Amino acid sequence: MEDNLLDIKKLSVHYFNKGNITKAVENVDLSIQKGETVGLVGESGCGKSSLALAILRLIDPPGKIYGEIKWKGRNLLNLSSSEMREMRGGDISMVFQDPFSALNPVFNVGEQIAEVFRVHQGLSRKEAWDNAVRLLGLVHIADPEQRANDYPHQFSGGMKQRVAVAMAYALSPDLLIADEPTTALDVTMQKSILELLKELKTTILFISHNIALVSELCGRICVMQDGRIVEEGRTVDIINDPKDAYTAKLVNSFREINLDINRS
Amino acid sequence: MLKKNKLAMFGLILLSMLVILAAFAPIFSPYDPNAIMEDHIAAPSMKHLFGTDDLGRDVLSRLIFGGRVSLSVAVIAVAVSLTIGVLLGCISGYYGGILDEIIMRFTDIMLSFPTIFLILAIQSVLTPNIFNVMIVIGATSWMGIARLVRGEFLALKEREFVEAARAIGCSNFRVIFRHILPNSLPPVIVAGTLGMAGAILTESALSFLGLGVQPPMASWGNMLMDSQSYLLDAPWMAIIPGLVIVLAVLSLYFVGEGLREGLNPKE
Amino acid sequence: MKKYIIRRLIQLIPLLIGISLITFFVMHMAPGDPTSLFADPNIKPEELARIRTNWGLDKPVIVQYFMWVKNAAKMDFGYSYISGKPVVDEILERLPATLLLMSVSFFLILLISIPVGVISAVRKGSLFDNLFTVLSFVFMSIPSFWLALIFMMVFSLKLEWFPPFGNLVLPCAVMVTSGLAGITRYQRASMLEVLGQEYIKVARAKGLPEYIVIFKHALRNSLIPIVTLLGLSLPDLFGGAFIIETIFAWPGMGRLGVSAVFSRNYPVIMGITTLTALLIVLGNLLADIGYAFVDPRIRYAEKK
Repeated sequence: MEDNLLDIKKLSVHYFNKGNITKAVENVDLSIQKGETVGLVGESGCGKSSLALAILRLIDPPGKIYGEIKWKGRNLLNLSSSEMREMRGGDISMVFQDPFSALNPVFNVGEQIAEVFRVHQGLSRKEAWDNAVRLLGLVHIADPEQRANDYPHQFSGGMKQRVAVAMAYALSPDLLIADEPTTALDVTMQKSILELLKELKTTILFISHNIALVSELCGRICVMQDGRIVEEGRTVDIINDPKDAYTAKLVNSFREINLDINRS
Repeated sequence: MLKKNKLAMFGLILLSMLVILAAFAPIFSPYDPNAIMEDHIAAPSMKHLFGTDDLGRDVLSRLIFGGRVSLSVAVIAVAVSLTIGVLLGCISGYYGGILDEIIMRFTDIMLSFPTIFLILAIQSVLTPNIFNVMIVIGATSWMGIARLVRGEFLALKEREFVEAARAIGCSNFRVIFRHILPNSLPPVIVAGTLGMAGAILTESALSFLGLGVQPPMASWGNMLMDSQSYLLDAPWMAIIPGLVIVLAVLSLYFVGEGLREGLNPKE
Repeated sequence: MKKYIIRRLIQLIPLLIGISLITFFVMHMAPGDPTSLFADPNIKPEELARIRTNWGLDKPVIVQYFMWVKNAAKMDFGYSYISGKPVVDEILERLPATLLLMSVSFFLILLISIPVGVISAVRKGSLFDNLFTVLSFVFMSIPSFWLALIFMMVFSLKLEWFPPFGNLVLPCAVMVTSGLAGITRYQRASMLEVLGQEYIKVARAKGLPEYIVIFKHALRNSLIPIVTLLGLSLPDLFGGAFIIETIFAWPGMGRLGVSAVFSRNYPVIMGITTLTALLIVLGNLLADIGYAFVDPRIRYAEKK
């Protein structure tokens, strides 16, 4: 459809290693409309992270991306590296899985958020810093003016992830990709990060192996297995009437959890 | 990776050549290394491939016999350092506790000395000869190996096969030497190879200063000592033994790196 | 951070005790009258008697050790056999020259090795990197004293660019060339480790230009372990300096030490051994404190 924010067609990501080819993503079609919250579910190793990294063109050699990733009509794979670099953080941004390793240990969190403003919007040090403090408040970190001066190791896991969300949300991106943002956290934290994501006013691609979490947040679900999308549809439909055997298996393994399917 | 293999092969070939030359020195050496010939300070020629030194001895012959000396010193020195290092590392890593503390403190203390000068100081109270050189070098270079072995033991002693061995009644001694130690050998072998490279460098420095292998027995190091007064008149006396040292040490480094890659199936 | 420093200071004590023990007992292996350890062989009997009492030389070895330690703590290491001057004075006279050689050399080494290591890591597998790897092995195989001879032969005697003795340039050049390979490899390894970290990928995902990713985010982290390397390199730096000073007649502590070894000048040998070990220990302590300063994870305590 023409008003799709993101239109992925026949996307493949292959890794070449000494004559072996690993097909992490194989012929994937995926569209995301503005304002949607789309979930991408699958077990580890199914290619979800490679898909996410491919959208940001962060696949390092020996990996190669094939196919088409259309963002507001333009194919991202045809952009120059500096054009693509501008997109990252500004138009499309990402929250990574492990908050313990995603933040640079030698800079305080305020700086790590502020630099995004300085690089993309050319703001002064002071303006960028004030924005960073504002973002920390937005993600519900208490006492943001003080805390902005603290270093990552001085935050708990859940709070580190909030900082990561603040970093990704700083420039009000059109698309926020969250790659297993709650997997490394314990259950109480998971809930709060989910709530935080719900508050954000942006299109979200939420990636997880936990279909219960995905169905709580997302209106539409894509199921991925061995690099391919095996089923996709509205959350209600996927949960209640999975058509693919693999999807059914995933759904059934989370049946015990009380799913609020009125949210869709 | 492929490049590392090529280098390792090159190193192995070079090393083998040096070892064979050293082992069969009397066969390969054109002249007696201590034989004084007519031409003093003769430039390299067909008669003397690498020239002669200030006393008229053939440099090539001294080089070959010197290789025998330098290589054997290196081997024995490393054997000494491995013995001390592995023993201390085993005990430290396996028993832990106060023994570990004491041994590690001792290691730290030894590491606080500038090794060369410590050896020189020791040599000043002894009469330097080839034997105490081997022992002293070994006695001052075990620290890295001790730490390495200790690390391996700390990691390995939690593994199931150790519990299994203890469960069937193996004494600590058996567990250490028959079960854990063989598993910790790969890095020790690499360390030993690299240690030989270091031992050659140390022995040559000592002999160069006159506190290592004593003349007239030739060693690459003391050949360089003799060359000092003739740098302009007989540059080959200084250049060639040094180049040989470089080749020997380099080949050991290449082989050591090759072993490190080969014994560690990780990318 | 304060706790860290205090802990390190306490750990100094067994180190210093151990150093003094080893130095003392190694020297006591010397053949001959123990008096000779501290006195000029041609000395007058009254002097000899005074020294006997002062150093407890007629008492059991253990007592001698404690007396030696007591004197050493006062920086009294006896008198040189050769010059008769107090050992401490002789050493302190020459220490600045050695420190000058070592610090200039180390500074130059860092100046070259950090950029080369960074480029090698960033361009891993390239021609530059492969060439560097092979060259670093070659450089590590070169005995520094031989390099000194060659440099002297070429630059001093043949080309006559520098005087063979007493000049800083050639000794420095030898030390830099010898020490370059090890530190560059270390920097390369450190940089490679950092580049593999998740936060580097995150930095790129934020749309930061590559030069900021490398020189701000990666470099800063890769330099932290270098501080520790400073401390670990001290024994080899000293050892190298000692031999090179001897060859180029650089008026430092090392030259004094090596000639003391040749002349069996035991008080000087002991003094230099002890003081050098002390400097190394202090250097390591400073490096560790520097590390705590430079790594925010140690400098600032955890919260919540």
